[in-house]
Amino acid sequence: MRLRDIPITAWIGIAGILLACFCAIFAPWIAPHGETEIVGNVWQPPDGQFVFGTDNLGRDILSRLIYGTRTTLLVALAATLISFSLGIVLSFTAATSRGVIDQILSRFNDLMMSIPTLIFALVVLAVLPQNIVILILVMAILDSTRVYRLGRAVALDVAVMDFVEAAKLRGEGRSWIIFREILPNTLSPLLAEFGLRFAFSILFLSTLSFLGLGIQPPAADWGGMVKDNKDGIIFGISAALVPGTAIAALAICVNMVVDWLMKRTSSLKGGRGDA
Amino acid sequence: MHERLQSLLSVRDLKIEAKIYPQGEAPRDVTILEGVSFDLKKGKVLGLIGESGAGKSTVGLSTLGYGRGGIRITGGEVLLNGQDILKLGRSGLRSLRGAKVCYVAQSAAAAFNPAHRLGEQVIEASVEHGIMSREEARERAVYLFRVLGLPNPESFGERYPHQVSGGQLQRAMTAMALCPNPELIVFDEPTTALDVTTQIDVLAAIKHAIEETGIAALYITHDLAVVAQVADDIMVLRNGKTVEYGTAQQIIEAPKEDYTRALVSVREMQHEEAVDQSRPLLRLDNINAAYSNVLQVLFGVSMHLPKGQTLAIVGESGSGKSTLARVITGLLPPSAGKIVFDGEELPKALAQRTREHLRRIQMIYQIADTAMNPRQTVRDIIGRPLSFYYGMRGRRKTERVGELLEQIEMGPQFLDRYPAELSGGQKQRVAIARALAAKPDLILCDEPTSALDPLVAEGILKLLMRLQAETEVSYVFITHDIAIVRAIADSVAVMHRGKLVRFGPRHVALSPPFDDYTDLLLKSVPEMRIGWLEQVLKTRRMASAGN
Repeated sequence: MRLRDIPITAWIGIAGILLACFCAIFAPWIAPHGETEIVGNVWQPPDGQFVFGTDNLGRDILSRLIYGTRTTLLVALAATLISFSLGIVLSFTAATSRGVIDQILSRFNDLMMSIPTLIFALVVLAVLPQNIVILILVMAILDSTRVYRLGRAVALDVAVMDFVEAAKLRGEGRSWIIFREILPNTLSPLLAEFGLRFAFSILFLSTLSFLGLGIQPPAADWGGMVKDNKDGIIFGISAALVPGTAIAALAICVNMVVDWLMKRTSSLKGGRGDA
Repeated sequence: MHERLQSLLSVRDLKIEAKIYPQGEAPRDVTILEGVSFDLKKGKVLGLIGESGAGKSTVGLSTLGYGRGGIRITGGEVLLNGQDILKLGRSGLRSLRGAKVCYVAQSAAAAFNPAHRLGEQVIEASVEHGIMSREEARERAVYLFRVLGLPNPESFGERYPHQVSGGQLQRAMTAMALCPNPELIVFDEPTTALDVTTQIDVLAAIKHAIEETGIAALYITHDLAVVAQVADDIMVLRNGKTVEYGTAQQIIEAPKEDYTRALVSVREMQHEEAVDQSRPLLRLDNINAAYSNVLQVLFGVSMHLPKGQTLAIVGESGSGKSTLARVITGLLPPSAGKIVFDGEELPKALAQRTREHLRRIQMIYQIADTAMNPRQTVRDIIGRPLSFYYGMRGRRKTERVGELLEQIEMGPQFLDRYPAELSGGQKQRVAIARALAAKPDLILCDEPTSALDPLVAEGILKLLMRLQAETEVSYVFITHDIAIVRAIADSVAVMHRGKLVRFGPRHVALSPPFDDYTDLLLKSVPEMRIGWLEQVLKTRRMASAGN
């Protein structure tokens, strides 16, 4: 791969993600104020001291945004990665084994999908202890049902190809068939889905935080910040728009990178040309 | 009707270009056809022959003023009755296509709309162009169905495409092309997808219809033996250029160019038959097999194969020959019977077989494109059996892959290529190397050459024979082509509707007395000489008159 082959949009996306990662890692050093420190008046407009102004309790929005990157990025990324690992392994197992295993997994998946995601998450999170690991796992498992459906559909297409049969005839185990024969040929649709699911994860986390079941105050996350400051919008205070813009920007950045990866995998010599 | 002397179709110095989009480079134009000229008189047939990519379909379509995706006709002229159709506008072309010039596609099954009755589709162009009324068109369709030898011509048009056989569908498509009384028909490989026994009927029907209606035709194919039966003149194309252009007689009997000579002699490969039966390798005993326990496809099939020899399984599509291969591999466990391999009975199902069993039986597929993972390089594809069966890695593995590439007459420059960067013949060679890497005792070949051009296929067959001489590997070779059987087989099994109709050493199986099916099969294989078709049809007529 040559660097100059990477399109400008992908560079923008990569830069955005790197910036977010940088903020997440070095938050205590680059944030001008503390995460929960009250430094000014309520809803102070942006000025030289507070670049994005202050929030509903007089905390610096920029600082909270930087600290919020940690939780938002960690939770959304971890939840998406886990949901993909889970969804892909289960769906590919179903697609390669067919029969009873496929039936059991698929019907269970249907069962999970028949319950509205948000309600399900609210019930489970209300019962289970409130910590970040549980939150990530609940989000991941709920999301993996969507990945499962897509994964099974694309894997079924590939599983009937002669090269998969050739691998079976060679005596290859299931994990080789799944990860070496099928997965590389289904990357394009899965990557597209990954970009979409990541953005959804950020939004879902924001929704949960907004409803008070996500990240618990006073810790900052972008969705929670929107919730805290939503009332300000009525008074013409832009404080809620800043974290909202950050969510949108990160989602767009991830998708720009994914679009490029997708083009790369599908235009690979011998790519199936899908996507 | 008096014979007109001037040409109906006259193509002068045709030049066709296409835009290609190489990765990482600016798009550029490439010439895919250049300097092609020919004349076609009324009532005559010109055969266009060449391997895939030679430009034969492109020439055919240019007579309809059409270029497939991104193709532009940039030079020369195509005169139909003296009028240059390349200068026609959209409406001019519309009144030309489907009315004066008609097209018969390779796959009739894909060319008919499955939602409409055949009759409606056959007369559609004639009615739309206002050439005849619906009633007249129907009458003509029935007449054409009769000329083309379709069953129940009166009611044939009532049927839907899925209700008739592939051969009948191809004839229906010919009827569709003939219906508006065109001046020229372009046949684009009309019999390539058909079994030989069906092909002969379609060929006879097409020939009869051309004689009956006196129209001119372009007949495109890669099979010189087929075109020799229907064409008056033959043009050999290669890489978008004319190699040779002459009468059918001259091309077949006295070809001038080396390439044409190679094409004419491609089916003459012969194989010295081995007779040593003392070292048995594979024996099938009374195999029955069924799909989903309901649809039985194999009925008591028994055959055997000695070490280092080739068993050819011959039959048309649906005869159960590929199913037999699936039974031997264990993909489809037989419902009855046993498979004995090297003196030991093989477990029926794939899951019960040991890695050693699997290593000793390898498989080569018909379509090499789908038989190799498009995301793996040649190094990975050939290297995997090495590390899987022999635990090879690192330098030793790379060396062995290099040796295997050498064996299949390809060099180390292919190591890091993906399958899409290989030609059809090279892909099939890599598939052979993959099978060979396991050092098997038996390779099942499921029509490995039927998707390849004749000269490339011949190269593959020669390679397989050389590898057999070097490594003593045995082949079960599934094919529908009798010429291939003559070229490679030591023993022959003829399958028909799931039953074995004939089995034995080649010289016995392929010499009389024949059973009815083998006789039909052998007589249906086109021979590389003029007048073969007439002769076969004549003997058939005499036989039926005698009954």
